[in-house]
Amino acid sequence: MSARTKPVRVKGTGESLRDFPTFKLVSYLVLLFLYLPLVLVVAYSFNSNRVVTVWKGFTFSWYTNVLANDDIQRALMNSLRVAIVATVVSVIIATGLAIGLLRMHRAGRTFAWGLIGAPLIIPEIVFAIGTLALFVQIRIPLGVNAITLAHIAFCVPFALLPIRARLRGVDSAVYEAAADLGANEWVIFRRITLPLLMPGIVAGALLAFIISLDDFIVSYFLAGPGGTTLPVYIFGMIRNAITPGVNALSSMLLAVSILIVMISYLLTRKKR
Amino acid sequence: MTTQEKTPKSVESRTAGQGSWWAGIPGIAYLIALVLGPIVIIVIYSFLSRAKFGVGVKWVFSVTAYQDLFFGESLAGGRTFDPTYLEIIGNSFWYSLITSVACLALSIPVAIWMATRPERVRTLLVFLVTIPFWTSLLIRTYSFIIILNDNGPINWALKSLHIITEPITMLYTPFATVLGLVYTFLPFMILPIYASAERFDFRLAEAAYDLGANRWTVLTRIVMPSVRPGIVAGTLLVFIPALGSFLAPELLGGGKTSMIANVIAAQFGASRNWPFGAALSVLLLVITLLVLVVFAVLARRASKASGNANWESLL
Repeated sequence: MSARTKPVRVKGTGESLRDFPTFKLVSYLVLLFLYLPLVLVVAYSFNSNRVVTVWKGFTFSWYTNVLANDDIQRALMNSLRVAIVATVVSVIIATGLAIGLLRMHRAGRTFAWGLIGAPLIIPEIVFAIGTLALFVQIRIPLGVNAITLAHIAFCVPFALLPIRARLRGVDSAVYEAAADLGANEWVIFRRITLPLLMPGIVAGALLAFIISLDDFIVSYFLAGPGGTTLPVYIFGMIRNAITPGVNALSSMLLAVSILIVMISYLLTRKKR
Repeated sequence: MTTQEKTPKSVESRTAGQGSWWAGIPGIAYLIALVLGPIVIIVIYSFLSRAKFGVGVKWVFSVTAYQDLFFGESLAGGRTFDPTYLEIIGNSFWYSLITSVACLALSIPVAIWMATRPERVRTLLVFLVTIPFWTSLLIRTYSFIIILNDNGPINWALKSLHIITEPITMLYTPFATVLGLVYTFLPFMILPIYASAERFDFRLAEAAYDLGANRWTVLTRIVMPSVRPGIVAGTLLVFIPALGSFLAPELLGGGKTSMIANVIAAQFGASRNWPFGAALSVLLLVITLLVLVVFAVLARRASKASGNANWESLL
């Protein structure tokens, strides 16, 4: 504990002068607000009643029910296919960008950052229908491949940030040492840069994977007849008839996302 | 050492082995095609004519799509002023504004509280606030259908306590939409404010108490000015995505509280008027850029010290 974090206390009360009254309460309530809805989604997935919010009894049957459904299996396969390909391609692109950005001149770097950051700023609906219009115009058929192409574009920034953070932490002396010892650019990349970047690359891949897996809007517009992904399927279920089956599917998707983000977090955690 | 042949190169370039700018070229080319491409095509489509049947556009120049934003066609064939879409744009602004204010009101106490915790707890809290961001937006929005519906837990609790006899209609109202938006974007507000607050030296607050300031004065005159960069960044990160929201109004507003994105989506779905949808998209883009510029100016004013509270700090 540094000197900075040792609070002065009001005499007699033990209350820290850094605390403001009610802030603690508000914070607890906000944390509750952030998690209670997710907890409820999971809780109601075990409801044996067809009406989601009227509790009848405990059952696992919605999970077996949902997993046995052919359409859902197909949607799951589509989602995984899209997410895996989008992850691999966006990580390769992002690694190149991370390295290239360091060596670019100012104007080039500004332009590149604009492109990378754009999917985060542009409203997703505009990105979705723009990509739809583009694909219709240049006759790329809608479906799983179209979704994958679009996902790569907005997975890049998420893959890039952990990789770049890692790259910036590399002491350039290691490159010089390798070069002095006779390694050429390619050998340095493969034997020095890549292994050093690996934790960042894995973290970036995990984030890209979640972003792709969870995407709804872009997938919805590019799905066409055969490209239904899991979120698109869930949206259809919500639209038609809400049963605890929606909750069971959602709970599984939530579990995957949270698990992956935890792994990614552990990988990039900075030791101060 | 027998490495004569390679050394000259590394002597010339101080950064030997760090790769070259062309490593970024595939990425830039890809993003030009799939980020810039869609925007360019949307701008082009907005100046074309509607296709007679269904999907796509007719390649005839036209500004009808933009006229449609403000004028409706009357039965006589002429055009009269029609505020329908202006109202939807106004609504979108209004909902985004309420969302930003609500997020702000909740986030300032949370961020300051978080920043005054011990280091380990802070790390954990940041992680806890971040997790919802990484879960599916669709599912987070759906969760409010469960919570707010007539048979949902809120109505059930109020009924059990005999506060109400008939369920309160909360779902499919503007309230539901805004609540969904606040829920979705709250982490975007908490994290940048926290990033600013974490850098604040709370010994300054203690010094202010020593000099006789009360808690309110310390909060408003000492702490708040220091977290202002975070407030500006957070408001931007909430307001902009809120403005383009699709899922919350779609699922929670029940069609009664359309925002711009829902109208755009409808043009590419059931209504099948692609140029009009494209024109609305261009409008949404222009508004987004204008808001960005305004915030960039505000941010420069709010801080010269911390340029750190941008979207990167979220990750």
